Amino acid sequence: MNNAQKYWQANIRLVIGCLLVWFFVSFGCGILFVNQLNEFRLGGYQLGFWFAQQGSIYVFVALIFFYAWRMNQLDKKFNVEEA
Amino acid sequence: MSNLMITTYLVVGATFALYLYIALKSRAKNTGEFYVAGKGIHPVLNGMATGADWMSAASFISMAGMLAMGGYDASAYLMGWTGGYCLLAMLLAPYLRKYGKFTVPEFIGDRFYSQTARLVAIICLIVASLTYVIGQMKGIGVAFSRFLELPFEVGLVVGMAIVFVYAVLGGMKGVTYTQIAQYVVLIFAYTVPAVFISIQLTGHPLPQIGLGGTLSGSEGVYLLDKLDKMVVELGFTAYTAQKGSTLDIFLLTMSLMIGTAGLPHVITRFFTVPKVKDARSSAGWALVFIAILYTTAPAVGAMARLNLMNTVQTGEIGDPEGNLAMDARPQWMHNWEKTGLLGFEDKNGDGKIQYYSDNGLSAAEAGLAKALKEGGDMTAAQAKVDEASAKHAESKFAGFGWKGNEITKVDNDIMVLANPEIARLPNWVIALVAAGGIAAALSTAAGLLLAISSSISHDLLKSMLAKNIDDKTELLYGRIAMAGAILLAGYLGLNPPGFAAQVVALAFGLAASSIFPAIMMGIFVKRMNSAGAICGMLAGLGSTLLYIFWFKGFMFIASTAMAPDNAANWFMGISPGSFGAVGALINFAVAFAVSSFTKAPPERIQHLVEDIRVPMGSGAAQDH
Repeated sequence: MNNAQKYWQANIRLVIGCLLVWFFVSFGCGILFVNQLNEFRLGGYQLGFWFAQQGSIYVFVALIFFYAWRMNQLDKKFNVEEA
Repeated sequence: MSNLMITTYLVVGATFALYLYIALKSRAKNTGEFYVAGKGIHPVLNGMATGADWMSAASFISMAGMLAMGGYDASAYLMGWTGGYCLLAMLLAPYLRKYGKFTVPEFIGDRFYSQTARLVAIICLIVASLTYVIGQMKGIGVAFSRFLELPFEVGLVVGMAIVFVYAVLGGMKGVTYTQIAQYVVLIFAYTVPAVFISIQLTGHPLPQIGLGGTLSGSEGVYLLDKLDKMVVELGFTAYTAQKGSTLDIFLLTMSLMIGTAGLPHVITRFFTVPKVKDARSSAGWALVFIAILYTTAPAVGAMARLNLMNTVQTGEIGDPEGNLAMDARPQWMHNWEKTGLLGFEDKNGDGKIQYYSDNGLSAAEAGLAKALKEGGDMTAAQAKVDEASAKHAESKFAGFGWKGNEITKVDNDIMVLANPEIARLPNWVIALVAAGGIAAALSTAAGLLLAISSSISHDLLKSMLAKNIDDKTELLYGRIAMAGAILLAGYLGLNPPGFAAQVVALAFGLAASSIFPAIMMGIFVKRMNSAGAICGMLAGLGSTLLYIFWFKGFMFIASTAMAPDNAANWFMGISPGSFGAVGALINFAVAFAVSSFTKAPPERIQHLVEDIRVPMGSGAAQDH
């Protein structure tokens, strides 16, 4: 496997990891398990409701920056940075 | 002229002067600047412009109202319209930036080495963008007519003229810098009233905290608990409880996410940053700026609902003195009644207003009145009324002498626009909301018009019909296409086809079922060939269109619908607006099936795919 292929594989692994979290907070906590999570509370918020209307959005933002940061590291590691 | 009107004219006028000033400062000199702002926009600024581009009149005006009335179920819009940015940042934006051309159809046409694929993409792009832009034009007209008391048409023409100046002159460069200014105006206009109202109700300045906080002067009663209790006592489903089916909420969220990532005017924004690296972080910044509004909206919605209930239900439920007297309606109710977006009817003649869930009695009565007027099926409509009133007679509300919900109409759009009036905020705040609504509509309209005009001048003219034109001529064509698109959008805004509100589902359905899967497979599946991609796009597009038309009528002509548009008829309970995700799945499945028994793409295409996967060697703006 050449360098570009290894870089691509590392990228795919990272994307899959990030998308698992993406799916978990929105479709998981916000929709599929919302009733179970609503048994717990975060101040006045029921937890599932909070994930659906607040929490998932915060996680989305964090995820994109995490992805961008990790990709910049991978760019360096595999030496495929832009000039 | 009232004080409020003068303030509004001043604030809106000042923002317009700002937009025009920016337009004159940033004229486009070549096609690179016209289509992609010369690829020199800083990622944070690009994120801000993307935020304004993305947040339309629907986000600014309608979303909080949908939340207020839909409660938990409207979360699909919050998650759907933000989660799509994760898909954009990780699956599309950096690779499209590396590829380094001007438009979405250009990528699809090159990657699948097929003018047919490019043409299919152009059609999807134009239909999706045009349907979307009609709604913005309407939003501009409404904002003008309500706040400046100008006729709807005048408002629309003024709005068109402003967009015309900065979009035709500046192209993407002008649009980007104006959008940055528009973002500042709209986010300020959205958050200031929200902060005021949050302080009034809960004492917390941050609406995101206030929504989870306790009510002022209530000794520890949480706002959401109070709201849940109040709506349940009045017969509605609890605000935080789920009403629709889980599958439908799931698919609606998925469709909106995939659709967001596939909308061409958003994707194009990531062509404008200097580097691949910037495309990744720029999506993050865009989402930061969007999240400020999207995490505030749930608070605005819930607080507006609570304020509305408190205004009408002044005392104990069932106490004859517990409801607002018809004559004591506050001024804002009168204002909005005039627009027809709010309506009352004293059904039991007690001179008070009752706002509660009457188990479909009002809806059935409205159905009967409609059948009477338009000559529908009277027996069926009467049977529905009888059934609903029998049910209503058994409820506790009948015992209070109530005869049906007396707020006969509350349009979702009122919530944000009337909010400052409901909370009795100063005039300048109300004026600011007007300017913010107009900024949101203008910025999205400009982005969409740019996507339309560039695909006409660059993809259709330059690449298919008149291949030999030089850069200067193409720039001129770009400007002419832009002017034409604005005039067409204005015409459609003035004479909206009856289906203007429904077509938003269509725009997202098209983007989700055709554009997103094609681009994603183009990057991630090296083996995907032109036959697979074209069949996939057509299958995704065709199935989504068929499903929407089946329930909404062919070309949205209601009488041609094949089945009534309600949950009992939907396939597995999937509403037409949620079908885009299924269409995308069909697209992927067909594309893989067809490509597996057709020839692999030529070697140069496989090299192209390998090349866009690594950031190294990305150039500045380049043409063919």
